[in-house]
Amino acid sequence: MTQVPENMERIYVRPTGLTVKDTHYCPGCTHGTVHRLIGEVLDELGIRERTIGIAPVGCAVLAYYYFNVDIAEASHGRAPAMATGVKRVSPDKIVFTYQGDGDLAAIGTAEIIHAANRGERFTTVFVNNAIYGMTGGQMAPTTLPGQVTTSSPTGRDLRDAGFPMKMAELIGSLPGSAYVTRQAVLDPAGIRRTKKALTLAFRTQMEGVGFSMVEVLSTCPVNWHMQPLEALSWAKDKLVGYYPLGDTCMTDGVRALSTKGKG
Amino acid sequence: MSKVLIDGNSAIAEAAIRAGVEAYFGYPITPQTEVLEHFSRRMPEEGRVFLQAESEIASINMVYGAACAGARVMTSSSSPGISLMQEGISYIACSEVPAVVVNIMRGGPGLGNVQPSQADYFQAVKSAGHGDYHMIVLAPATVQEAIDHVVLAFDLADKYRTIVMVAADGAIGQMMEPAELPPMRPVRRASERADWALVGAVDREPNIITSLWLGAENLERINLGLQRKLREMEKNEVRYKEYETEDAELLLVAFGTVGRICRTVVREARALGMKVGLHRPVTLWPFPEERLAELASRVEGMLVVEMNAGQMVEDVRRSSRDRCPVHFHGRMGGVFPLPDEILPKLQALAAEVSAGGARATEANP
Repeated sequence: MTQVPENMERIYVRPTGLTVKDTHYCPGCTHGTVHRLIGEVLDELGIRERTIGIAPVGCAVLAYYYFNVDIAEASHGRAPAMATGVKRVSPDKIVFTYQGDGDLAAIGTAEIIHAANRGERFTTVFVNNAIYGMTGGQMAPTTLPGQVTTSSPTGRDLRDAGFPMKMAELIGSLPGSAYVTRQAVLDPAGIRRTKKALTLAFRTQMEGVGFSMVEVLSTCPVNWHMQPLEALSWAKDKLVGYYPLGDTCMTDGVRALSTKGKG
Repeated sequence: MSKVLIDGNSAIAEAAIRAGVEAYFGYPITPQTEVLEHFSRRMPEEGRVFLQAESEIASINMVYGAACAGARVMTSSSSPGISLMQEGISYIACSEVPAVVVNIMRGGPGLGNVQPSQADYFQAVKSAGHGDYHMIVLAPATVQEAIDHVVLAFDLADKYRTIVMVAADGAIGQMMEPAELPPMRPVRRASERADWALVGAVDREPNIITSLWLGAENLERINLGLQRKLREMEKNEVRYKEYETEDAELLLVAFGTVGRICRTVVREARALGMKVGLHRPVTLWPFPEERLAELASRVEGMLVVEMNAGQMVEDVRRSSRDRCPVHFHGRMGGVFPLPDEILPKLQALAAEVSAGGARATEANP
């Protein structure tokens, strides 16, 4: 760490929860913001050295290079099953999965629903940008009605492709869930609220209260064919319009944490 | 230790517990469900992890997670369930974490039936999932051997950081036999987990377990490493059992339950004055190729008997290097090939050999 001159105050450091590497994420993508928030939360809660991460298949497939924790790479959709395996044999560790919308809301729906319903003591960070980014912009389970993608060239037709999946509501309705919330990293206030939610999600796990998931509405400027700022405002308007922000599940145990805790 | 009367499935589960398995993840499927049931009762008693997963896909990925965390872990299933696990098995193989999978094989293809079968030989030995790798595959012929193989499977999995399959046909899983269970080994403590395991990055760089290797040369390097390990296994881990092979002129080759049936055939044939022996591969991979090549230059002909349409026979033919004719007899769908139908096939082989006849022609029911 570089020396700070005596007459200056250090107001910014890279969290130790992140490695010192350039990410592969596209310009304007908000994965980096979410990574950063997780890194900060791991530091602030003092849990980095006992945290095990599970990376997904999708844009965040290389997340294991960026989180400074012991970490494994799952097959597509199976991160919650892997996390279950890790947590069951290492109950004293803090375990989290990092998953996108194709991973969690399409191919991996069975695993996330059953993990949540069993009340597995791990935390899922679910980044929803309404598109398959890594494969080049195909329709996701969360793609909005009428949204044009490379596999819905005339726009998502609800009669044919069904409806965008509201995962926070679905997972939040399960009796095994303890804390489920939907946040957005589309402006500074949203980023602060997302960090607060991530903190509460990890504390839910640390206190052994139950399963926690933070859905984060995110952008994909490249595959949405928008400039980064345009993508942010489109997401604020359209994504937040379809996917309302806020908690979909908060048990009394979590509420007690959120009122007394530092989150 | 004294013998107990026990069914193969329960014996497999109890053997794993005594071998120090820390966690079991599984899903019900006939004819292996007793494995799951035994674990569901015994693991909580021992203070270890039992979880009935939502699918075989989840089971194998739970195994993958627990293996990454450094725990001794296994799952079990039967043929269609193993098909569902194949992606996970491939990830485990590439990631080089130790794990044990038991397949109590049933009739296929498709939903097939729940009768004993050996039709998953190709799947276990040749194509356990996508990509270039093999599992060590152990094929027990008795309940006792199933017990011994489970213990061995954990040790081999740890030794090579590999996935080991115990492939038993449904008969082994379902039948009761007197067998001796191994002594209880101490369970590995969390502090004794391997240095590559995901246990928390304290005062070191993070451990990363992945099967993703971008860049052609990079992935080729990983594959070359895997291949080197496979060659080591081929050198060290070939296992087989033989019966009356010393003076044999004709050789029966069979694995698992069929190997056992063929012992009876050897006795019956010898009573008729035929010099017949039995070679029973115990490791289906690595295959006892060298030994079979040796035998092929000594005997006058081989008859391979399987509960499938002819799978291991391909490896026997390859190993025999055309040094003697190799015949095949197989039954499918869960039908046992019995001594009174195998013996005539053996006599036909003997007649062909003594007539100095043609080589390696197909003989099928």
